[in-house]
Amino acid sequence: MQLTLWTYEGPPHVGAMRIATAMEGLHYVLHAPQGDTYADLLFTMIERRDRRPPVTYTTFQARDLGGDTAGLFQDACRAAYERFKPEAMIVGASCTAELIQDDPGGLATTLGLPIPVIALELPAYQKKENWGASETLYRLVRGLARPRSADHVRGPRPSCNILGPTALGFRHRDDLLEIQRLLETIGVAVNVVAPLGARPSDIARLGDADFNVVLYPEIADAAARYLEKAFGQPAVRTVPIGVGATRDFIAEVTRVAGIAPLTAEAGSRLPWYSRSVDSTYLTGKRVFVFGDGPHAVAAARVATTELAFDLVGIGTYSREFAREVRAVAAAHGIEALITDDYLDVEEQIAALRPELILGTQMERHIAKRLGIPCAVISSPVHVQDFPARHSPQMGFEGANVLFDTWVHPLMMGLEEHLLHMFRDDFEFNDRSGSHLGKAPAPVASAAAAVEPAPSVVPTTTRWDEGAERELRKIPFFVRGKARRNTERFALERGIATITLDTLYDAKAHFGR
Amino acid sequence: MTVHTLIPPRPTTASGCGDDAVLRERGQREVFCGLTSIVWLHRKMQDAFFLVVGSRTCAHLIQSAAGVMIFAEPRFATAIMEERDLAGLTDANDELDRVVGRLIARRPDIRLLFLVGSCPSEVIKLDLHRAAQRLDKSFAPRVRVLNYSGSGIETTFTEGEDAALAALVPHMPAAPRDAAPSLLVAGTLADVVEDQFRRLFADLGIADVGFLPAQRLADLPSVGPATRVLLAQPFLRDTAKALEERGASLLSAPLPVGAEGTTRWLQAAATAFHVPRERFQNVTSAGNARAELAVRRHRAALAGRRVFLFPDSQIEIPVARFLARELGMEIVEVGTPYLHRTHMAAELDLLPAGTAISEGQDVERQLDRCRRAAPDLVVCGLGLANPLEAEGIATKWSIELIFTPIQGYEQAGDLAELFARPLARRQKLAV
Repeated sequence: MQLTLWTYEGPPHVGAMRIATAMEGLHYVLHAPQGDTYADLLFTMIERRDRRPPVTYTTFQARDLGGDTAGLFQDACRAAYERFKPEAMIVGASCTAELIQDDPGGLATTLGLPIPVIALELPAYQKKENWGASETLYRLVRGLARPRSADHVRGPRPSCNILGPTALGFRHRDDLLEIQRLLETIGVAVNVVAPLGARPSDIARLGDADFNVVLYPEIADAAARYLEKAFGQPAVRTVPIGVGATRDFIAEVTRVAGIAPLTAEAGSRLPWYSRSVDSTYLTGKRVFVFGDGPHAVAAARVATTELAFDLVGIGTYSREFAREVRAVAAAHGIEALITDDYLDVEEQIAALRPELILGTQMERHIAKRLGIPCAVISSPVHVQDFPARHSPQMGFEGANVLFDTWVHPLMMGLEEHLLHMFRDDFEFNDRSGSHLGKAPAPVASAAAAVEPAPSVVPTTTRWDEGAERELRKIPFFVRGKARRNTERFALERGIATITLDTLYDAKAHFGR
Repeated sequence: MTVHTLIPPRPTTASGCGDDAVLRERGQREVFCGLTSIVWLHRKMQDAFFLVVGSRTCAHLIQSAAGVMIFAEPRFATAIMEERDLAGLTDANDELDRVVGRLIARRPDIRLLFLVGSCPSEVIKLDLHRAAQRLDKSFAPRVRVLNYSGSGIETTFTEGEDAALAALVPHMPAAPRDAAPSLLVAGTLADVVEDQFRRLFADLGIADVGFLPAQRLADLPSVGPATRVLLAQPFLRDTAKALEERGASLLSAPLPVGAEGTTRWLQAAATAFHVPRERFQNVTSAGNARAELAVRRHRAALAGRRVFLFPDSQIEIPVARFLARELGMEIVEVGTPYLHRTHMAAELDLLPAGTAISEGQDVERQLDRCRRAAPDLVVCGLGLANPLEAEGIATKWSIELIFTPIQGYEQAGDLAELFARPLARRQKLAV
């Protein structure tokens, strides 16, 4: 048993729902107890989908358990087929139905429906959402994809499939658009995008492409590996997040497609923005990264090589990517945090005191509580992660978006200098300040009062009058940090009373 | 102006739809399971912790239903069962003891721990009642450990609260044998509403009033043969039964929803406690008038409009009664996950004759009926709302009827506004 307050991933059948909901003409019949329909609102509310997910649930209750739950499942399959007339069906069980062992795959097959029926085995007590999505896509591809047909006419350009974008994916909608544009520029045709927008009949013709682009390895790597083995389609595996990775992506695509290398950086602003003088203040900002494996790895590269931040911590909740994330950590001389325990993440962030957190919506909450700037880089998603505007993470425009969304939470460079210069000015007090320099939101602090977060540094030291007066001269937006650092410094050295000297000793100790 | 609006005693005519046929459906039920009620129960019961013994799905559900993670360490959690917990139940019990030990060590502020059963724990027959007894002994007297089931196979949404409160009833102190009659209000109310009712009961001269649940375990009200129970929520089947088993008697009343519902609800208590008619009018007339005025502001926007209510929390029938009688709306269909005829008797009497009621659900067929009827407003869950809006149908989230204070005089206008807002919004929008 694992004690869990908040989870980074849902159960594996939610991953299957993300595939089914992304597609057209596919229906998912899920053997599940009453209440599991909650998952519908992830799609209709968080992603604001205008249609219900194409999922029929058996919603069995206790009174059904003594009776014929298998019959209930078959009735649901028949009714779903009659009503929705899908091209193909996937069937499976949620965690509770797994325990009653009705064998949805076998039951659905005996119905003899005139469409392909693909059985999913998603062990709910071992696996999680991303694995469920990956397995579902793999099963669909395995069950439906055919090799390139003999009468297939090759187009004038090399062609690829784009694999990975799903419903409820972090910026998948916008990434896809960006990558489609990029491939168009390079001169590569897109055969099929899957699962987002694909029909089962599109999955069937995956084999027509020359190669596959694995946009989200956490979802599409298993399917791509199968296609590689079965149809000899090579896979492009560079995740094009950031300028450097996008350049690498273009290089890999052109190499695999057998076309001349090229540069296609129109509209790429990150390199110049990062070199412009205002960005000087970004140098060495201490950043903590946490997310799914591929997004965390990509964020670390962009943060360190394209914004010149210091990586002080990195972690992932995807155990499947522990190796890759550990490698990045090792390259920066730190240890990776591989956990799906939210409290572990909070504890590490509190201990590291980064200046910026690049994380998920969960870390955004941690950041709010600790008063640390934060930008979201990965699932799990929130309604805010589906902005009305085009806001990709991938490609050159994606890199522009990263620059904006990671830098804006930080104090602007020149502004920071001015604040220092005028910190003793009579008009510069706690009530006025930067439009960006906000104390933690009142909601968070009110909540903290009700539910105190575990205090990391117990305060058993006091400030003398002079030190306290000096502390008040420090701009309010760094004062909290100065106070915490000084107290930690004092505690570690057994200093009972903090004086002016302690304050400046601590500053020297923590200063870079 | 106010006195004549006060309602007469229970109508004796055969109006209402208490005897009408109810459409009973069994199909896909688009409803939450009982675990969801933890979201408001843990805010109300401030020294209680809810430990769901379940799967990742359970944890994901509560997290999704709770929406925002305001609290670093919420007073609920899930002990997620893993493969090895399913293999051997002895081990599962050991694991549970370990998890609970860790939890209680971490949260010394907790006085009451609920072990909450889920679909998987029920299916593998993990005996949480025995586990709770065992843990109760080992953590006594500092922490009480109780259990109930919030599983989807046994409870629908608000029935989770019913199960939690029913588990508390045996632990309510016994009222002294010779106790004077006391009033017990059962069902979670927002604190602000609870305080309003406390003041009204005090003004009526009903001195001894308890609320279940109480904010703290130590404040659990007493119960006994002299206890008169008013239900403040419609879904308390097992709680009411448990209270009756402790000797309490149930007062029949509509729910305190809307001006009329609130007055009739208070009247039921006033009658049981022999409050003089004049005093009742003096105490309630101002609130009643305020509520009527506040509701009337929204009447123009809603009167004559046709509303379709999908089943969600069992508050649908009281709300439909309010919409029909106080706002002049036409009820196309009112769905409820479960219809308790006795508890709903006073409500059913007040519903317009011939109102279509459905119990249970086959969501696809219900959506077919809804689309055919083309109502002006649909009250439904979050899984259905945006898809219906995209089809051009105005919706109101039913979950707001549970998450926002709607009971009592001072909230009647807010309740009406909940239904007027989606229509007003559509009028304003020109995109």
